[in-house]
Amino acid sequence: MYETAHACDVLVIGGGPAGLAAASHAARCGRRVIIVDDNPRWGGQIWRRGSGEDESPQATSLFDEVRRAGVKFIGGAHVFNQLQDGSLLAEAADGVHRFSYEKLILATGARERFLPFPGWTLPNVMGAGGLQALVKSGLSIRRRRVVVAGSGPLLLAVAAHLRKRGAEVLLIAEQAPRARVLRFGLRLIEWPEKLLHLMRLQRYLFNVPYLTGCWPVMAHGRRKLERVTLKRGARLWEVACDYLACGFHLVPNAELAQLLGCETVDGAVWVDELQRTSRPEIYCAGEATGVGGVELALIEGQIAGCAAAGREDEARRLFAARQRARRFASALNAAFDLREELRELATEETIVCRCEDVRLGQLREFDSWRAAKLQTRCGMGPCQGRVCGAALEFLFGWRVTSIRPPLFPVQLRNLAYDPSSEAERVERG
Amino acid sequence: MSVPTYDVVIVGAGIVGAACAAECAAEGLRVLVVEAEMVGGGATAAGMGHIVVMDDSEAQFELTLYSQRLWEELAEELPPSVEYDRCGTIWVAATEDEMRQAERKGKFYAERGVAVELLDARELREAEPRLRRDLWGGLRVPGDGVIYPPAAAHFLLSKARAHRTELIVGRAVIEATLGGEVRLQDGSNISSGIVINCAGSSSPKLTPQIKVQKRKGHLVITDRYAGFVRHQLVELGYLESAHAASSDSVAFNVQPRRTGQLLIGSSRQYGAEDARVDQGVLARMLNRAFAFMPGLADLSAIRVWTGFRAATPDNLPLIGPYAEGARLYLATGHEGLGITTSLGTAKLIVAQIMGRTPPISSEPFLPIRFMQESAHV
Repeated sequence: MYETAHACDVLVIGGGPAGLAAASHAARCGRRVIIVDDNPRWGGQIWRRGSGEDESPQATSLFDEVRRAGVKFIGGAHVFNQLQDGSLLAEAADGVHRFSYEKLILATGARERFLPFPGWTLPNVMGAGGLQALVKSGLSIRRRRVVVAGSGPLLLAVAAHLRKRGAEVLLIAEQAPRARVLRFGLRLIEWPEKLLHLMRLQRYLFNVPYLTGCWPVMAHGRRKLERVTLKRGARLWEVACDYLACGFHLVPNAELAQLLGCETVDGAVWVDELQRTSRPEIYCAGEATGVGGVELALIEGQIAGCAAAGREDEARRLFAARQRARRFASALNAAFDLREELRELATEETIVCRCEDVRLGQLREFDSWRAAKLQTRCGMGPCQGRVCGAALEFLFGWRVTSIRPPLFPVQLRNLAYDPSSEAERVERG
Repeated sequence: MSVPTYDVVIVGAGIVGAACAAECAAEGLRVLVVEAEMVGGGATAAGMGHIVVMDDSEAQFELTLYSQRLWEELAEELPPSVEYDRCGTIWVAATEDEMRQAERKGKFYAERGVAVELLDARELREAEPRLRRDLWGGLRVPGDGVIYPPAAAHFLLSKARAHRTELIVGRAVIEATLGGEVRLQDGSNISSGIVINCAGSSSPKLTPQIKVQKRKGHLVITDRYAGFVRHQLVELGYLESAHAASSDSVAFNVQPRRTGQLLIGSSRQYGAEDARVDQGVLARMLNRAFAFMPGLADLSAIRVWTGFRAATPDNLPLIGPYAEGARLYLATGHEGLGITTSLGTAKLIVAQIMGRTPPISSEPFLPIRFMQESAHV
């Protein structure tokens, strides 16, 4: 087994906006900084580049800053466990990497929330962000008919991107009621950069119906998706399509924080004003502390970077900007809060856990995530409850507890990383 | 004095508590089960679920064999969720010495009516092609099997509840008194004809004098690799590991699940109170497994967890009244054999409660064996 040891002052997990901002600020304060990310390249989900695509100017300037600050980037490495306080283990193609740090900044971002409804497990029913990522990595979407459904501004970004790549986006179904979306739209004047972004997206969304108060109730098809039934008010109708790109807003990736013993509140990592978690040497920034958009992620990253580098004074200067971004976050979350009716989408027969084929009806008799998991295996598969956990949190109010290593499936040889390097050898026979 | 509402109060809804509840309820006794956390959520959820006949001592052999046969009898009733699979055990011999040990073990089992099959090196390779090729052989015990223990506990409890057993979940018991009273954390008391402490590694918290110690273990589960392993595989050095009274020990122990997943164990640690995964022990345990089955190293691991066995000084469980004539009974201290012996334990307890001759000798398991010992000290 090939092992690599790294030591730094500040270790940043996640190379999206929050992580990059944190890393550049900590490095500018003279700290040795390493960023570790699952993806081979930095940028996170939001700035993931497809071939032949331009970087956003915001991304380009931050990438330059990080480079100039001398931050080391280790890509393609999945952090899967803690070795002891101050030391994490990650799996990469070349074996185990061990990272020792003084301060840790978690910038693990968020993932899409899926809600189960009849037919959601059919091929070509996909996560909205997931389909976008596939298209960026080469899937041809030209002339394919796509319905984009769910909730949140991500739907617009995905629809715009797919259309740019030649997809025929039939409609965008936003579950939030029209009044809430309008109110949110009107408030965007407070954040001109968001408004500008929306206007840029709209250039690509010309002629695409944006239906508020509308959501998918069933996906149909024999071997793969052929049609989707949509509901809006009392009206139910079917739309023939090739892809259904679904995402019901986002949920924080708090698993690593939980594994390290950081407190969470409502599924998001709890932080104090300096972005410190309940464990003093660990900071958290960006969507993992609550979904709030790229500007909030950047500012939280900057604050965490300064604070982790011991520059509390500089961190404090950013509090006002964070306050402004947080107002946007709460307006966003209030606007796209999931409506009650979505709890009724899944029938008793609908599969909730795809890894272990667990149906909703099997879960009703239990009163907690762990009890249901033990008796039905729900959430015990390779995704480790990342998909069904968020759905069940919405459906039953269950919290995913008992996070166990490895955080991602890892090769057994890597799981067998021996801290003492004095592995017991069987020298018999 | 108030009239007891229940004939039997069982503390703990692990597999032992659930089995005792099912057996008591079937006798027509009014039963209450009190569980602090969740049904089958303690050592029951942490264990492998190996149904195995063990020959550590005559008493252990008798209890495990009797219990293994009870599982076979129950097989038809078990729902699919219990995943009962009579895959058999192969005790693997890595040295010539261990091969002799396998022969002795086989003779011991055969003399007592248990089907066994001695495998030479070639037969072992055919039975389990993924094992290292230079092993000496092994002993196959075809009657052994595996179950998924949390579902088994759930099933046994639902059997009990079909006979009107009541269940309280989420209220912790802080004391189980000699006089047959149970005191709950919320200050309330429940009185009963008989109390059975089935709280596993927590049992000494309720009844402080009993000789049960926590013994930590680690397990790993892999993704699905159907057919990679066919039998439960245990190295013959296992008992050595199980007996290492003072130091931490590991042994090669791999189990095929119905799902195609593999469970990999095992480790034993005394004095480890921290439930977190101990990377050093985990590494030793996995390297031990790779030494027997090198291909394991390439498989994908999904989850690692730990649990606490309830261990006793003589490796035998505590089954029976706390003292002569006491209304407090113990059914705890099963160490790594609680899943197998839960059914036998329940039969012994009920025979004792009902004043019947037990189906096998209950003498070696009586808690009084330690009471006498401590009285002499």
